[in-house]
Amino acid sequence: MNATMRRNGYRADALIETLHTIQESFGFLDDVSLRFVADALRVAPSQVYGVATFYHFFNLKPQGKHVCSVCTGTACYIKGAGKILDAIKEQHGIEPGQTTPDGELSLLTVRCVGACGLAPAVVFDGQVIGNQDVEQTQARIEGWISHANS
Amino acid sequence: MPTHDELPEIRAAEREKQGSYRHSIRVCMAAGCLSQHEGTIRKALVDAVAAEGLEGEVQVKGVGCMGLCAQGPLVMVDDSILYEKVTAEDAVDIVKALDKKPVKRIQSSLNIPFFQRQVKIVLENSGIVDPESIEDYISRDGYAALSKALGEMMPGDVVDEIMNSGLRGRGGGGYLTGLKWSTVSKAISDIKYVICNADEGDPGAFMDRSVLESDPHRILEGMTIAGYAVGAQKGYIYVRAEYPLAIDRLKTAIKQAKRLNLLGDNILGTEFDFDIELRLGAGAFVCGEETALMASIEGRRGSPRPRPPYPADHGLWGQPTLINNVETFANVAPIIRNGGQWFASIGTENSKGTKVFALAGQVKNTGLIEVPMGVTLREIVQEIGGGTTNDAGLKAIQTGGPSGGCIPVEFIDTPVDYDSLRMLGSMMGSGGLIVIDDTASMVELALYFMEFCMTESCGKCIPCRVGTAQMHNLLNRIVRGEARAEDLELLEQLCDLTRNTSLCGLGQSAPTPVLSTLKYFRHEYLEKIAAPPAEEAAS
Ligand SMILES: Cc1cc2nc3c(=O)[nH]c(=O)nc-3n(C[C@H](O)[C@H](O)[C@H](O)COP(=O)(O)O)c2cc1C
Ligand code: SF4
Ligand code: FES
Repeated sequence: MNATMRRNGYRADALIETLHTIQESFGFLDDVSLRFVADALRVAPSQVYGVATFYHFFNLKPQGKHVCSVCTGTACYIKGAGKILDAIKEQHGIEPGQTTPDGELSLLTVRCVGACGLAPAVVFDGQVIGNQDVEQTQARIEGWISHANS
Repeated sequence: MPTHDELPEIRAAEREKQGSYRHSIRVCMAAGCLSQHEGTIRKALVDAVAAEGLEGEVQVKGVGCMGLCAQGPLVMVDDSILYEKVTAEDAVDIVKALDKKPVKRIQSSLNIPFFQRQVKIVLENSGIVDPESIEDYISRDGYAALSKALGEMMPGDVVDEIMNSGLRGRGGGGYLTGLKWSTVSKAISDIKYVICNADEGDPGAFMDRSVLESDPHRILEGMTIAGYAVGAQKGYIYVRAEYPLAIDRLKTAIKQAKRLNLLGDNILGTEFDFDIELRLGAGAFVCGEETALMASIEGRRGSPRPRPPYPADHGLWGQPTLINNVETFANVAPIIRNGGQWFASIGTENSKGTKVFALAGQVKNTGLIEVPMGVTLREIVQEIGGGTTNDAGLKAIQTGGPSGGCIPVEFIDTPVDYDSLRMLGSMMGSGGLIVIDDTASMVELALYFMEFCMTESCGKCIPCRVGTAQMHNLLNRIVRGEARAEDLELLEQLCDLTRNTSLCGLGQSAPTPVLSTLKYFRHEYLEKIAAPPAEEAAS
């Protein structure tokens, strides 16, 4: 984080790069880090917060142990991404952007991960898997969770 | 530090090295295929080659996208044999078959329209060069255009050549690239910038991503030539953070280009300095809009501002700025190498060259294709695409993403060019082409795109912020069968209002999917309205 800011000469335009670095290291942007960045780059905390909330890529809440992102880009939508998403929502009682109360699973949506040729695509903990259906996706999530409970 | 004369030496050496192999096995390492093998196939092939003791005779190389993503992972042997749905277990058989008959069980045909109907300019190296090797790129005439521009042409000549080519921006607008370059080159300022728009916002398109992953040096070369032509010393590539592989490869490419003095100070021993930096987007569709993108590079919220002033006069940090799309830059090197006339001979009267499309949806051969402007939608969907999946009937073709429209099957013989698509109420867009079959509801599709625009509206101006929310609400009611006939009228009024009073292209084009489906598929809306709500509840 300090390195990113130093590399960019503590210029205010390094703000977004710095936020990327924080998210990479901690998985989300916490208040303490945001405040620290505002001081270091000499920009108002409100601007840092404004930037952090504007961009979908940044999470302001901690993520669950496993993250499942369903692609809802057009190609995946046409091929039934909605059904996959609905099934997960129902099974685990969470909406996109939420984490199960036990902290095991976060559900996210993304708009196109560039695997449209393999639609519908789902990203499991950062790994893109194409040609998914409800059963396959459910099975993978079950695999994570049963593993945690055993 | 190579100069103009040394570049050909590097080229010759690399060609000799590659020519010394008896066989070349290429493995697709672009995002689509890679997601299915994560590099295990390449490793298995390298091991198999070693096991046979063929290291000096057989080259195994990771390459970018070969196009037929639906059949991936793909492996190509000596330009003549294509294997599909390959797994690491197939590696030994592939290597053993090298001087014999190909492995039947995984062999794919190259004799299909998918391969034969394409014309490759932008993708000429995709699937052929190793995106992580600058020498490989140079061996395929890479950086020859830069060397020609710096060595034989004045900046004005370069602008003229682009002007003569008739190239139009591939980011959606279709503005004449030569004209834009000329404006920036005439702007008087010591500091100018070149920006490559790699934000690729259309959620169903992956052309730019594929070019960046498959042939990153082509973009660096195009941008550097642009920098020379317009008098800029600094370039930025604004790329989506969701594209980690493209980012990695660009970073590697920039390092390599600096090492060979193709970027940095005194490029190829001339007086010309040019540097390129990456800037990461963070998932906001509106940041693809040029003024929002520049705000984002400056580290602010990506909100558009009114134009004029245009970026060409008043762009990044208030300086004259040239901003072009990835695919636009990808066309630059071939145009300089072969001349503007050559490029202008491909395509139609007002749309020159080729266009890359991401073919997706209910079509057999999903993947990445490049076709000359002017081919018909029928050729793309039925011949290259192989028709619809499951033999369902073709209903419509969606182009232009959330800013574009649906073209009904009646117009399937329309040539694909900027003007024809616009006349049908859609647009070329950046290159997403989604095939829709009988089973899809057009009203739901309109709702899908409206939801996208509503979520992505930056909220700066009221017509877009409120208009998209209201239209979304109305569409939702129509889909649920709760709407009345007046609601349709209201929807049309809202479309009109949002289109005419929004500040930027996002709001202005948000109604397009609704208007185009209303135009061609009005009956689907009416059916939903006619159905009495009681029936829905009873079923
Ligand atoms: C809402 C919105 C999103 C856009 N998204 C992109 C994009 O993802 N990629 C792109 O190249 N241009 C995009 N554009 C167009 C850019 O504003 C700009 O016109 C383009 O980058 C110019 O390059 P070109 O002349 O080479 O097409 C978008 C425009 C709008 C209004
Ligand atoms: S039209 Fe929409 S996206 Fe564009 S500036 Fe207005 S609110 Fe923002
Ligand atoms: S739309 Fe899902 S990967 Fe592109």
